[in-house]
Amino acid sequence: MHEMSICESILSVIERQAAAQEFSRVRRVRLEIGPLAGVELQALRFSFDVVTRDSIAEGAALEIIDMPITAWCMPCARSVEVRQRYDACPRCGSHQVQITGGEELRIKDMEVD
Amino acid sequence: MCNVCGCASGEVTIGGHAHDHGHDHSHAQDHRHGHGHDHHRDHHHPRRDGLTHDYGQGPAHAHAPGLSQARMVRIEQDIMAKNAEYAAANRAALAARATLALNLVSSPGSGKTTLLTATLERLKDRLPLAVIEGDQQTDNDAARIRATGVPAVQVNTGKGCHLDAHMVGHALEHLEVKNGVLFIENVGNLVCPAGFDLGEAHKVVILSVTEGEDKPLKYPDMFHASDLMLLTKTDLLAHLDFDVEACIANARRVNPRLKVLQLSAKSGAGMEGWLGWIEAARAMQTIGQEG
Repeated sequence: MHEMSICESILSVIERQAAAQEFSRVRRVRLEIGPLAGVELQALRFSFDVVTRDSIAEGAALEIIDMPITAWCMPCARSVEVRQRYDACPRCGSHQVQITGGEELRIKDMEVD
Repeated sequence: MCNVCGCASGEVTIGGHAHDHGHDHSHAQDHRHGHGHDHHRDHHHPRRDGLTHDYGQGPAHAHAPGLSQARMVRIEQDIMAKNAEYAAANRAALAARATLALNLVSSPGSGKTTLLTATLERLKDRLPLAVIEGDQQTDNDAARIRATGVPAVQVNTGKGCHLDAHMVGHALEHLEVKNGVLFIENVGNLVCPAGFDLGEAHKVVILSVTEGEDKPLKYPDMFHASDLMLLTKTDLLAHLDFDVEACIANARRVNPRLKVLQLSAKSGAGMEGWLGWIEAARAMQTIGQEG
């Protein structure tokens, strides 16, 4: 359900940018969303359409850039890719891994008129 | 939605007040595009009768005349940045009051309010206390808290599934607690509240033994975001097949730093450990601030 409030935040950023950068229409929005951001993409797309109705972003295409989940493995002393929070290091099997990426929830850029 | 504070107004109530956007910001900065973009649409004032604030969703309209050529605009902005700003402001306000804030999170029905009232009864003669209660609807829980004599502000989130830092900041304006502890009872939901920093010192996740041992694996974000897990309703263990060790092991898989305490608000078993943790957390917080 909080996909709706995330979309409201996105729209708020868009409207602020519209004022600062002087554009009147948004054609495309690109988001970077990590798998650990807790966002359901289908719900986000649905909410985006609802929230942007009657706004300068109405009808804008929503593009989502997949991000990997990265972690720092202490025994290996290197960055590895994992699939979920409690995964072991895929190289050495240790659980001494610290998540370093995958929680992103960012607006990367927009195509505007 | 207000462009300045970004809150979706309309269906949230804080302590009976419709949240009225009475902040002193000037909108001039946001209106350099200078077209008819009035804000009254966002500022519903549905209720204002005491200690409940109302937020909701105003439709967003923006009309900008102008450019027609498509171009790319780099944003590189964290979508949660605004919540993070409010959380930082709350944290500063709480630090100035030397007050420890704990964000209590759990599924609905885990016994958060029962545990909280039992905790307040035991602490209220030792420390100044206050409570912010988050629920979608009703102020039943705030009434249960106030029955203990501790001041409480109810925040009704309307359709929202979590408290955010902005709501908590406004609720805080109605509480005078100093040198004490603020308990924030979040909306019963193991998913969304994990993603919203309210400015608390610690998230405390409450899991009752009538739930599954594998809940930490099913809802890892919340157990990862918390510093303490309270395993509650332990008085019922004799009647259940709940595997305490497996549950704790699952939680630690998700969050190796997680501290775990077992207790029963009903029998009182384990309550002293929880109170000790609160006092220790409070001491840790004030140590850094006195110098």
